[in-house]
Amino acid sequence: MIREIGKKYGMVIDLDKCTGCGACMVACMAENNVPFKKDESNKLDSITWMRVYKLTNGKPYPDVDVCYIPRPCMHCEGEHGHSPCVSVCPSVATDYSMETGIVSQIYTRCFGCRYCMAACPYHARYFNWWDPVWPKGMEKYLSPNVSVRMRGVVEKCSFCFHRYQMAKDKAYYEGRRELEESEYQTACTQACPAGAITFGDLNNPDHAVHQMVEPDSRYAGRPKNPKAFRLLERLGTNPKVYYLSSREWVRQAGDNYLKNEGKLRR
Amino acid sequence: MDSALIPEGVKRCEFWKFILGLVVVGAVLLWGVVAMLLVWIKGLNQTNMNDYYGFALWIWADLTVIALGGGAFFTGLMRYIFGIEDLKHIINYAVLIGFICYSSALLILGIDIGQPLRGWFIFWHANVHSMLTEVAFCLSCYFGVLCIEYLPLILENRQLDRIPFFHNLGHNMHEIMAVFAATGAFLSFFHQGSLGGVPGVLYGRPFSFREGVFIWPWTFFLFTWSAAACGPCFTLMITKITEAIARKKLVADSVVSLLAKISGWMLATYVIAKIIDTWYWASVTAPSMGFSLMEFYSNNPLYGIWILFAEIVVCGVVPAMILITEKGRRNGVALMTAVVLAVLGACLNRWVMVLQVLAMPVLTFENWVMYYPSWQEVATTILPVAYGVILIMLSYRYLPVFPQEKELNPIEA
Repeated sequence: MIREIGKKYGMVIDLDKCTGCGACMVACMAENNVPFKKDESNKLDSITWMRVYKLTNGKPYPDVDVCYIPRPCMHCEGEHGHSPCVSVCPSVATDYSMETGIVSQIYTRCFGCRYCMAACPYHARYFNWWDPVWPKGMEKYLSPNVSVRMRGVVEKCSFCFHRYQMAKDKAYYEGRRELEESEYQTACTQACPAGAITFGDLNNPDHAVHQMVEPDSRYAGRPKNPKAFRLLERLGTNPKVYYLSSREWVRQAGDNYLKNEGKLRR
Repeated sequence: MDSALIPEGVKRCEFWKFILGLVVVGAVLLWGVVAMLLVWIKGLNQTNMNDYYGFALWIWADLTVIALGGGAFFTGLMRYIFGIEDLKHIINYAVLIGFICYSSALLILGIDIGQPLRGWFIFWHANVHSMLTEVAFCLSCYFGVLCIEYLPLILENRQLDRIPFFHNLGHNMHEIMAVFAATGAFLSFFHQGSLGGVPGVLYGRPFSFREGVFIWPWTFFLFTWSAAACGPCFTLMITKITEAIARKKLVADSVVSLLAKISGWMLATYVIAKIIDTWYWASVTAPSMGFSLMEFYSNNPLYGIWILFAEIVVCGVVPAMILITEKGRRNGVALMTAVVLAVLGACLNRWVMVLQVLAMPVLTFENWVMYYPSWQEVATTILPVAYGVILIMLSYRYLPVFPQEKELNPIEA
């Protein structure tokens, strides 16, 4: 079937399932040749396309509760593709694809002004403060499908775009125009041992991500599922990463509310 | 030794003193150059910036020098377009200060980008939606205008003026300067504004985001306005410092008072606009994103509500009140206090619109992140200051920067 509208690849992360093991972070780094420092103790300048945050409800024992939130790039659509970072990049080094809904980063176009980093409220964008240095022999293990980045440019999660390209190539070779849901999956999705991450086309009712959150196209993709939420929904960034949680305090932690607002607003 | 180059009818310090001064400031400049080379060779890991502080001291310095260099376009506008003749006695210096500020801004931008050799991408692959693109185009064009405005002054050097071609070129350029002043004012409006737009359009950052008109957030207009208000104050401040070092009056009190009065009214109206903007942001814009005013000013060791008070009241209302009253302008101490406060106000405003924007957490599970610059960042920020001092020293010594100097300081025969 040829779809009339473009795809919107997105992710649903079930926080009730996430154990905070960090397998998604490791898989992401290995898959995408993400560089690392000798000393990674300073987290303010280390690159983690996928980062797992630890949240607590702030209550003392025995009421204390913990939640882990994996945070990839949100691939925000903003309004008509004007995501916070895409609209500010002065040299079109980052772009919003109407075909896939993926926010790309063109490393050879980026000249390192870092305006996109200032624009991103999720801190999903990272700057290469150093040239990548791999431990001796490790360069042999780098993925040949992802270019390594040089010093002085910004990088971020690409939803493993190279996997999309390879899946498209295969489909083209086989005379197909459409991809099966399972043909294009991100590394973090496949690595999660708890199956907390689901990936697919949010525009496609047959895909699990669509069924899980029921994005409302009339309201910029807001989830109809009451257990689903997006980070910083109120800013209008229109992200394509959704979270599921049965706990209200977790859903509340996804956005900022005034004290007198009380309950979660939808 | 260099008396043939010094303008006629004015006195300058001995040559050795001048050279000694150049050596001292040159040493500071050299320190900055070393830091600059370190950054270019080793990369931005020489700074204390990080992924939370993609913008830091340098971008603040950029925004600040451009705001303070605004004295050039605004004084030019007043002199050439609105025909306020008396300002011709200070316009040369305003242009020189503007030239220093804008060339410094371009230099800092050249250091600040991660891939300096790709700097031209901003023109070649321009994104019309980006405020930074508008900044780059208008800034470069206006720097060209400032070069054109500064050139006739260089051509007035005693020796250059003897060459008929240079004499005629300088004279003819003076004749058409109104065209460049108008162009400069137009370009300045847009780049000062687009610099305000840089934080104003960040709808993912509730501290800086503002609504506005069409594609321009309110900060677009506030930045232009504050540059027009505080830029002339910076011109006056540097003029007073130059007078103190030269130990003579270089610009008549009436001219200083006139520019201070214009600046004062600009500042007063700006402060009113700023108060309205702050009130609307605090009561409508920020709450719609889930933030109350005090969330922007608490739970961190530096950014308290004092900073808003200091910016609007101490560095806004107070200097404006002094500058719009004749009594205030006549009192030397009050005038200087007002001028310095206004300059500090512009610096403070640019600081919060760059640094505080990034310091503040937006995700509920993140915390405030503080930053202090590395010595390389400090040295490269002081570098343009040293360069500016040297250019002022050379210009003051060899060019007739102050038309009233002869009249105010007659040399006894």
